[in-house]
Amino acid sequence: MEVSCHEIWREISNYLDNDVDPRLRERMEQHFAHCRHCAALLDSTHNVLVLIGDNRAFALPADFSKRLYTKFAAHLAASR
Amino acid sequence: MATQPQPRPDEHALIERIRAGDSEAFYDLVRPHERAIYVTAYSILQDPSEAEDVAQETVLKAFRNLHQFRGEARFGTWLVTIAINESRMRLRSRQRVRLESLDAAVPDDPDYVPIQLRDWREIPSQTLERQELREALTRALAALNDKYREVLVLRDVQLLSVAETAEILGITPGNVKVRLLRARLQMRDRLVTELGGWHLKRKGK
Repeated sequence: MEVSCHEIWREISNYLDNDVDPRLRERMEQHFAHCRHCAALLDSTHNVLVLIGDNRAFALPADFSKRLYTKFAAHLAASR
Repeated sequence: MATQPQPRPDEHALIERIRAGDSEAFYDLVRPHERAIYVTAYSILQDPSEAEDVAQETVLKAFRNLHQFRGEARFGTWLVTIAINESRMRLRSRQRVRLESLDAAVPDDPDYVPIQLRDWREIPSQTLERQELREALTRALAALNDKYREVLVLRDVQLLSVAETAEILGITPGNVKVRLLRARLQMRDRLVTELGGWHLKRKGK
């Protein structure tokens, strides 16, 4: 049985995590094959995950590491 | 499903060295996780300088409390848990009443309909070199409700498993998945709105 767009929207996150049972996955894939909007939703949501999972998306401030270890070194020195 | 990642063997060795008195080895233990600590703190506090303070405090606290680390979780997970607690404490002490993000439509809302795409099937990852795009991502993340943002950051920015995310936040894996769905779709809807226009504008030039 064909899944509805609403079901797709509810399961899309699990689908992207490969966390839906094979039967549902198959039905979702049938739906993506002919529903342009849900296929676009899948592509773009996947795209968002690729972007935010990239280390460059949320970068550390300049010299963050240097300040972090300076602080730690000062703590070590003070506790000796 | 991803299985629970195992602690790295060199982590155990480093922890043993530190416990035996080699404090300098703590740098090597923390270095792979410094970004995770900062991004976690930033996701809660939404302020770079406060996030940096919390990151520093997290490292010192982890060092002082290393004897409490039992090795059941990965060291990185433990650090992130400390960073979350520190950030939340700071948020409370700031006594800032955070406005909940505007009631964005959520997928279990029967009226929810994803925003329709224009021309945004693919954004090459080189575009992350563009500050504009990074700012758009930061704004979209900031607009999320706190509880969705935390899950999204642990799961999709730091790439932790559902089980680890659940453990850190003290919620069930089922709850992680529900929040993640909402967080991902809200991020996507905001970015489609913002970047869709941006993308088209660029192309039109």
